[in-house]
Amino acid sequence: MSKIVEGLLYSDSHEWVKVDGDVAIIGVTDYAQAEMGDITYVDLPEVDDEVSQGEDFGALESVKASSELYSPVSGTVVAVNEALEDAPELVNEDAFANWIIKVQMSDKAELESLMDAAAYAGITG
Amino acid sequence: MLDRIGVKSLDDLYADVPAGFIYKGEYDLPDALSEQEVRDFFERLASKNTRLKVFAGAGSYDHYTPAVIPYIISRSEFLTAYTPYQCEISQGTLRYIFEYQSMVCALTGMDVSNASMYDGPTAAAEAMRMAVASARKKNTVLLSRTLLPNVVKTVETYAKYYGTNIAYIEAEDGQTSLASLREAMACGDVAGAIVPSVNRFGIIEDLSGFADTLHEGKALLVEYCDPSTLAVLKTPAEWGADVAVGDGQSLGIPMCFGGPYVGFMACTKEHMRKLPGRIVGETVDGQGRRAFVLTLQAREQHIRREKATSNICSNESLMALFVTVYMSLMGPQGLREVNEKSYAGAHLLHDMLLQTGKFEEVFDKPFLKEFVLKPLVDAKALQARLCEGGFFGALETEEGYVSFCVTEKRTRAEIEALVALAREA
Amino acid sequence: MKYYDKLIFELSKPGRRAYTLPAAADPSASFSIPSGLLRAEAPALPEVSEVDVVRHYTNLSQMNFGVDTGFYPLGSCTMKYNPKINEEIAGMPAFQGLHPLQDESTVQGALEVYYEMERSLSAITGMKHFTLNPCAGAHGELTGLMVMRSYHASRGDTARIKVIVPDSAHGTNPASAAVCGLSIVEVKSNANGLVDVEDLKPLLGPDIAGIMMTNPNTLGLFERDIKEIAELVHGCGGLLYYDGANMNPLLGVVRPGDMGFDIMHLNLHKTFSTPHGGGGPGSGPVGVAGRLAEFLPTPKVEKGEDGRFHIVDDAPMSAGRVSAFMGNFGVILRAYAYILMLGKQNLAMAGKLATLGANYIKESLKDAYKLPIPSVCKHEFVFDGLIDDGSATGKPGATTLDVAKRLLDFGYHAPTIYFPLLFHQALMIEPTETESKETLDAFIDVMHVIAKEAAEDPDILHGAPHNAPISRPDETMAARKPVLKYWDGIS
Repeated sequence: MSKIVEGLLYSDSHEWVKVDGDVAIIGVTDYAQAEMGDITYVDLPEVDDEVSQGEDFGALESVKASSELYSPVSGTVVAVNEALEDAPELVNEDAFANWIIKVQMSDKAELESLMDAAAYAGITG
Repeated sequence: MLDRIGVKSLDDLYADVPAGFIYKGEYDLPDALSEQEVRDFFERLASKNTRLKVFAGAGSYDHYTPAVIPYIISRSEFLTAYTPYQCEISQGTLRYIFEYQSMVCALTGMDVSNASMYDGPTAAAEAMRMAVASARKKNTVLLSRTLLPNVVKTVETYAKYYGTNIAYIEAEDGQTSLASLREAMACGDVAGAIVPSVNRFGIIEDLSGFADTLHEGKALLVEYCDPSTLAVLKTPAEWGADVAVGDGQSLGIPMCFGGPYVGFMACTKEHMRKLPGRIVGETVDGQGRRAFVLTLQAREQHIRREKATSNICSNESLMALFVTVYMSLMGPQGLREVNEKSYAGAHLLHDMLLQTGKFEEVFDKPFLKEFVLKPLVDAKALQARLCEGGFFGALETEEGYVSFCVTEKRTRAEIEALVALAREA
Repeated sequence: MKYYDKLIFELSKPGRRAYTLPAAADPSASFSIPSGLLRAEAPALPEVSEVDVVRHYTNLSQMNFGVDTGFYPLGSCTMKYNPKINEEIAGMPAFQGLHPLQDESTVQGALEVYYEMERSLSAITGMKHFTLNPCAGAHGELTGLMVMRSYHASRGDTARIKVIVPDSAHGTNPASAAVCGLSIVEVKSNANGLVDVEDLKPLLGPDIAGIMMTNPNTLGLFERDIKEIAELVHGCGGLLYYDGANMNPLLGVVRPGDMGFDIMHLNLHKTFSTPHGGGGPGSGPVGVAGRLAEFLPTPKVEKGEDGRFHIVDDAPMSAGRVSAFMGNFGVILRAYAYILMLGKQNLAMAGKLATLGANYIKESLKDAYKLPIPSVCKHEFVFDGLIDDGSATGKPGATTLDVAKRLLDFGYHAPTIYFPLLFHQALMIEPTETESKETLDAFIDVMHVIAKEAAEDPDILHGAPHNAPISRPDETMAARKPVLKYWDGIS
């Protein structure tokens, strides 16, 4: 049983969102990291890149797989977690403590399409 | 065996094939030959070829192959192995590819090399896609007019189907023009440019300002190189290139009517994750011993499928071993001497041809082993005359110049004999 | 023998040499290239003696396993024996010494090899014309798809931008289509492991360029609905592409051209016995139906009425140039020698004997390994792991990876594993016709021994290989902290 954090929003492609004003802090869930196994590389976007809800902004790689990361919201990337460049294993160690990107949201209404913790537990349970 | 399978005949194994598709004819092929007859057959075919003393280059160079190389690469453990998927019993292949990658990096100054590509032109085409993938939203790649024609044509083919725009950087006085590059950048859609290190006129290009111009527009500099000459010439890294590609044939591989050769491809660390093809990396085994594996595989076609930016599977592994053994035998000093001796022969021929009065100088630019002259006689007749005398040279360019190439294999006597023929032309 | 752990760089001693070169043509010449065009430092290549080089690479070769070492049942790779006469033919100086741009009058023998090889492949496959220019199977796929797109474009049919690929296809198929500017539509397999015709029908339409099929497919099964599939795809205006990676079992039995395929590639390093070389050089000839001949890449070899051979570089409808010159001539020579050695009768037997061997292994091992699709296979088949993986012992069960690694201990190469993706524990076995019944029986015995070990003590398998040159390496570390050249590893 993978860990789920209360108070966050979730996408069905296994990203989590923590809302901080107009900024969405985005990472992948514990379920996603467990499915991937040992993560060997996180392909990050660049600051100022535009992202759209449901479109890929990067990827997680393991030895034998590559999995796209889909943005749960639309907007502009304002920060990327550079620590993951040299230490992708941080995502395995604690997927919720190690965010991947921060996005200045262009349409906060999109958050309504995301799941709460209980709903997300329903699809991974 | 049929009993265990539970069928009565070999034909029953094909009972699931619709009867209409079973081939009932006999192949329109000869009957089986004995080994001796096969040998005789190919000797007859071989006798229909004429071996010439080669004074031409244009992407295939007649450098000497040391005897050790064919001996090593025909060892069956190398020759008859598959791609090194089972790393525990493929450490031989994985180690020489790691050495190959290291040597390509030593020659080019780049940080990372892949395990090899088919040939130089397809490596350039892969670099075109790599530039587009790196630039994301930009979709034009520039080609220098001084690249070899087979490189230009191959990249154009790949670009047409990949959906990439190709534009050109004009030549000025036999060199890729920096002013033309600057003009081409104005469109704002340039993802990268491919320029040669030594161009199709044999001229050693001065690429000062190229990397800065391209990098200002967030575009990649791809340098197309002859790796043999990189033992002495300024490296792609020193010119500020992001990607280096070329054909490894000049590292002692026989001309063999065009293949097999080996493409090489190397890049800076920044672009490592976009580099196509196999890559070998070092790690440790369960006992902590040094071991080698195929790595960074998440870039590749068998994992990315339609999201891959290249479809390449195998490399030219055995040819990578070929050039690895060549570079080991030659070392930095041997490769330097190959260039010095080629230079000496080429400059001797260049000067002697001008003295015949049958040629004019076209460019007054530094060259190494290859050069062009303007013939004052018919170029085709000249090539035919040389051919009758046992030489292959005076290859005609699209401008009507003739090109010559001299490697360390060509002797003074051969050069003098060729010049004598040219004088009569 | 002692474990050999050197890299060539570690044998280097400054000033040591392994080369000799003739005197310069002009000993008085000075090497005067402007310093701004020269590199600052000599490249860090090794400085070693000839005997250092020979011993080093001989030692490395002994850490490798080839077809000449032992049985290589690697599915989809057709690891047949590589006849030695072919090596001698390819090594003949009168072929090796030819410059690719020599005048055609001086290379008539080489051009005859191209011409006759193309004709031979046409006879074997039923395709009208071939190009030998692609350097590998994947390169052939890309070239064939370029021909497909050129054909549609020539008819103004530019909306055809999608290609259908079965879910059982080699990963290369969708990758080749993508780099050819096509988007991919996946068609599902049915419960019998075959393309689901009902799933295919709704995908067909005016945007379909064609379908890529491997037949027999990657499960080793003949796509028996091929006639209906061909009619459906042609009916919607699309073309049929045949992935010749699995051509071997059809030698002498079925010709792709007769099944309705319009374009195909062959892997000379599979079906036509040329050595794999540790991953190349290969050769991927592309064959097409008559109406597509004008779209084949340049240069082409043609035979004149006078019997002379010509190189044609100017073909307005051609897809273009795809490689440096005319492909891997050395590989083409070997494959042509193979065809001549076998002749029409023996070549026509190769397919049936390969299929016999595969079915024999399958029937002999299905008591110990899960066989998801029990029907008669062609040249290869897929198990889905062990029937008894030993998890009843309380230890973790033995996986397909463990079986593969344990085989190495017994002196066999492993089968292809975890492909096709349709089965989680896929173990794909392909013998080939060059293996004797005795070789197959010995392999079957070992596979039974491994299955018994797994059931009794799966840890024996988890720790395998026990007597290979190295044990299982840390692949995660290799990917997280890449060391990709000698100097990266020296801190």
